[in-house]
Amino acid sequence: MDLAWFLALKFLKEYRAQSLLTISAVAVGVSVMIFLSALISGLQGSLIRQTLGSQAHITVQPAEEVARPQLEGPGLMRRIEQPEQRFLSIEGWQSTSNRLRRDPGVVEVAAGVSGNASALRGSAERPVIVYGFDPDEFNRVIDVRSRVVAGRHEPSGSEVLIGVELARDLGIGVGDQVRLRTQTASETLVTVAGLFDLGSQQVNQRWAILSLRGAQSLLALPGGANIFFIRVHKIFDAEKIAQRMEAQTGLLVDSWMKTNQQLLVALKSQSSSSYTIQFFVFLAVAMGIASVLVVSVVQRTREIGILRAMGIKRSTIFMLFVMQGAVIGLSGSIVGAFMGSGLASMFARIAKAPDGSPTFPVDLTPNLFLAAAGAATITGMLAAALPARRAARLDPVEAIRHA
Amino acid sequence: MPEVEDTSPPLLELRDLRKSYGDKIKTEVLHGINLSFGSGEFTAIIGPSGSGKSTLLNQIGLLDRPTSGSVLVQGKKTEDLSEEELTTLRGRTLGFIFQFHHLISALTVTENVLMPLWLSGLRDREVAEKAAKEALAHVGLEEKAHVRADELSGGQQQRVAIARALIHHPAIILADEPTGNLDSKTADSVFSLMRRFNAELGTTFLIVTHDPRMAERCDRVIRIEDGVVASDSWRPKGG
Repeated sequence: MDLAWFLALKFLKEYRAQSLLTISAVAVGVSVMIFLSALISGLQGSLIRQTLGSQAHITVQPAEEVARPQLEGPGLMRRIEQPEQRFLSIEGWQSTSNRLRRDPGVVEVAAGVSGNASALRGSAERPVIVYGFDPDEFNRVIDVRSRVVAGRHEPSGSEVLIGVELARDLGIGVGDQVRLRTQTASETLVTVAGLFDLGSQQVNQRWAILSLRGAQSLLALPGGANIFFIRVHKIFDAEKIAQRMEAQTGLLVDSWMKTNQQLLVALKSQSSSSYTIQFFVFLAVAMGIASVLVVSVVQRTREIGILRAMGIKRSTIFMLFVMQGAVIGLSGSIVGAFMGSGLASMFARIAKAPDGSPTFPVDLTPNLFLAAAGAATITGMLAAALPARRAARLDPVEAIRHA
Repeated sequence: MPEVEDTSPPLLELRDLRKSYGDKIKTEVLHGINLSFGSGEFTAIIGPSGSGKSTLLNQIGLLDRPTSGSVLVQGKKTEDLSEEELTTLRGRTLGFIFQFHHLISALTVTENVLMPLWLSGLRDREVAEKAAKEALAHVGLEEKAHVRADELSGGQQQRVAIARALIHHPAIILADEPTGNLDSKTADSVFSLMRRFNAELGTTFLIVTHDPRMAERCDRVIRIEDGVVASDSWRPKGG
């Protein structure tokens, strides 16, 4: 084995220009892979972060009420009307929430109330969704605390947190008062404790976060909860967990993956087109390595013959060429990793949003480099296998006579 | 064939060795060769081109398998050995010197010389270095030890090839036109070198050559013609 290594390195060193060219070809391939992957995973990461910044991974709401016909049987004409949806608390919500929290995939369950209302200030009126949660639980699911841009982050009994857009629409700021009115004409006057910016215009325009008690009394659900916001460990497990929860509780459970299906489809097709490009790049790299090694087997036919005469084993000859492929792949991937990350960071620096923030966050992780190095090395070895087999099968007599 | 029990087997023996080439039209190149070689012999194999002497050398060198008949090394048949066993036996028992020296150009002189030792599994650096130094001293090329093989002259390369063939003390050295590519003065010194090793180490030499003057200086001359042994004569020592 060490003899195969020794000869592999010596052979690569002898035709230095040829080896360097092949290594450069691998490096270019690897840099394309690194650049594309970093760009796409960075882009996707930021899209998902943005989406999930103002959204729970899983949302649980009371089941829809369905009409249960009293009479059944033949000869009956019947028309079933969808009943109006009453505004109700989740029955036994404490025990349900505790049960959901025990799910191994779950980080946190925030139980609270939510309902529609209008925010009024003078003649201005805006529709809002009122939320009331335990602040600690809530912030572990959706991090509002760190995205409060003015004022305090925890509303007391008669206070509210609103988004920056809503504040602008109503022309109010921290310390100003605003009236909230529900559809049942229940009303309360609250003071703006703080303003948040969750990165989504819709949320910034419509969310009004009260204290849990404040919201419960406004929505006439004292001591009740009609919504759970859940955070999970692995965001792409959310749909699986949601389905499990729905089966367990009979409640209406939605994951972010279901409510953002279009985004997911877009991300998936983006990923697969990037994989396709990478596959063909590696195919070209593999063919490059293979063709160079085929030439090298011809160049070294006589030397292989003499080594065989001296008693080198076929398997050693085979390994000697596979190792050349591995060395080319690995060293190419190291150079390519530098090139690719350089390219990606350069791109991130050039492509900037008007406000100076990078539009394309690049995601250069150690795993990406390991994957690239692994892929290039394996590609090199596979590409070398064919020429290596040819070299190993050379007949020593023919090989020695080879001119 | 009846075995003779009272003597130890010859170093190398060919029994009714035949070799033919071609799939559809078979051309027999060797027509039943019977020869045996003892320890310490210095033999020339001569014959016109196309007589089959190179084919014979490939058979003796275990580089190629016969169509029928056997090659026995120290009394052991080789035809039933696997490819790998044959390769190992070849590496241990035989040394090769070729007309076009066939050094590995990517390696230094020392590395080339050491190759047979590495192939036999020697990993001790000190032992290897010492053996290489000695072998190169024998052929008078100590000062070229760390030069790359392709930077030497033809005669020097052939001397390195001899050092390489000798380093692992093989029982037999096969030389195919070892001086065919050299001018007469260099050829002479290369030949003398081989004779010296034959005398000093008792290594058996089988030399295929065109050169009648060289053949005259060998102890035994085997003439191959049309794939058969035409003559096999011994010369008295010192004569």
